[in-house]
Amino acid sequence: MLTDEQIERYSRHIILKEVGGKGQQKLFDGRVLIIGAGGLGAPIALYLAAAGVGTIGIADADDVDLSNLQRQVIHFTPDVGKPKVESARQKMEAINPDVKVHTYKEWISAANINRIIADYDFIIDGTDNFAAKFLINDACVLAGKPYSHGGILQFDGQTITVKPKESACYRCIFPEPPPKDAIPTCSQAGVIGVLPGIIGTLQATEAIKYLLGIGDPLTNRLLTYSALRMKFREIPIKRNASCPVCGDNPTITEAVDELDAMTVCDLKEP
Amino acid sequence: MIITVNGKETTLPENPARTIDSLLEELNVSQRLYVTVEFNGDVLDRDAFTGTPVKEGDVIEFLYFMGGGH
Ligand SMILES: [Zn+2]
Repeated sequence: MLTDEQIERYSRHIILKEVGGKGQQKLFDGRVLIIGAGGLGAPIALYLAAAGVGTIGIADADDVDLSNLQRQVIHFTPDVGKPKVESARQKMEAINPDVKVHTYKEWISAANINRIIADYDFIIDGTDNFAAKFLINDACVLAGKPYSHGGILQFDGQTITVKPKESACYRCIFPEPPPKDAIPTCSQAGVIGVLPGIIGTLQATEAIKYLLGIGDPLTNRLLTYSALRMKFREIPIKRNASCPVCGDNPTITEAVDELDAMTVCDLKEP
Repeated sequence: MIITVNGKETTLPENPARTIDSLLEELNVSQRLYVTVEFNGDVLDRDAFTGTPVKEGDVIEFLYFMGGGH
């Protein structure tokens, strides 16, 4: 049951006929895991907390660095040096004390991902490396957890929602990670600061729609965004019968680390 | 010959020998060694790039890796 204060806090949700008091309760009962407390994770964590998603997990082993502040809007100047998950938790609780925040100050790997995702209804990939992106896809597909993929590079971003075994997964599009260091993923490539705000907010929207059970998910279509051209495009994607994890003859039957895709940058901290 | 590349109609000189593989070079597609090619709605196996001819009206999407997020 929502209290009077909660009815006021969420009044702009509750007056939406697609949400209402029942929908707000669904958000409150919802459990979403955000992997990565960086550029994508920042708006995702802020909006999900503000929306009243009852339980939010956030995983990241990194500490806040001065160079993060240009885009990771959940971290403030005095947070430099603090664990990102701690900095994020403080802002989320300040926006909305109703929300339970679980922090995981660890890099996800094959050794811990199944344990971490097990407690959540919906997972959001806000990571910055292919090893993690493929691992999240495989673990979510194998565990049947719906999730949102997001990726950004310089002025471009893309996102897709995956409903395991129902809709195309990340490996249906990209069967295997690119070789190590083949594609710029980290500091050397650069990223325009607003970009993760746009893609992350789309991902948060998908989580909220999923918890509410409304609208059409971003499944079987890859949404791409170019900030320079200010264009969104939607590319229809089908499940791929030769997908190594959700195809007809899968070769991936448990989550394993893609060691070849890990870069020096990804491994900068244990 | 007109094909559709990433949503845009693209006019190319006639070339019966054109394949997906040669098109990647002709259009100077980035991430050429890793790009995913969606050919008339289906993701094409990399092994098939050299053996897949490009014909009038084909719809081709190049899908790029984007690994950032932080
Ligand atoms: Zn798949």
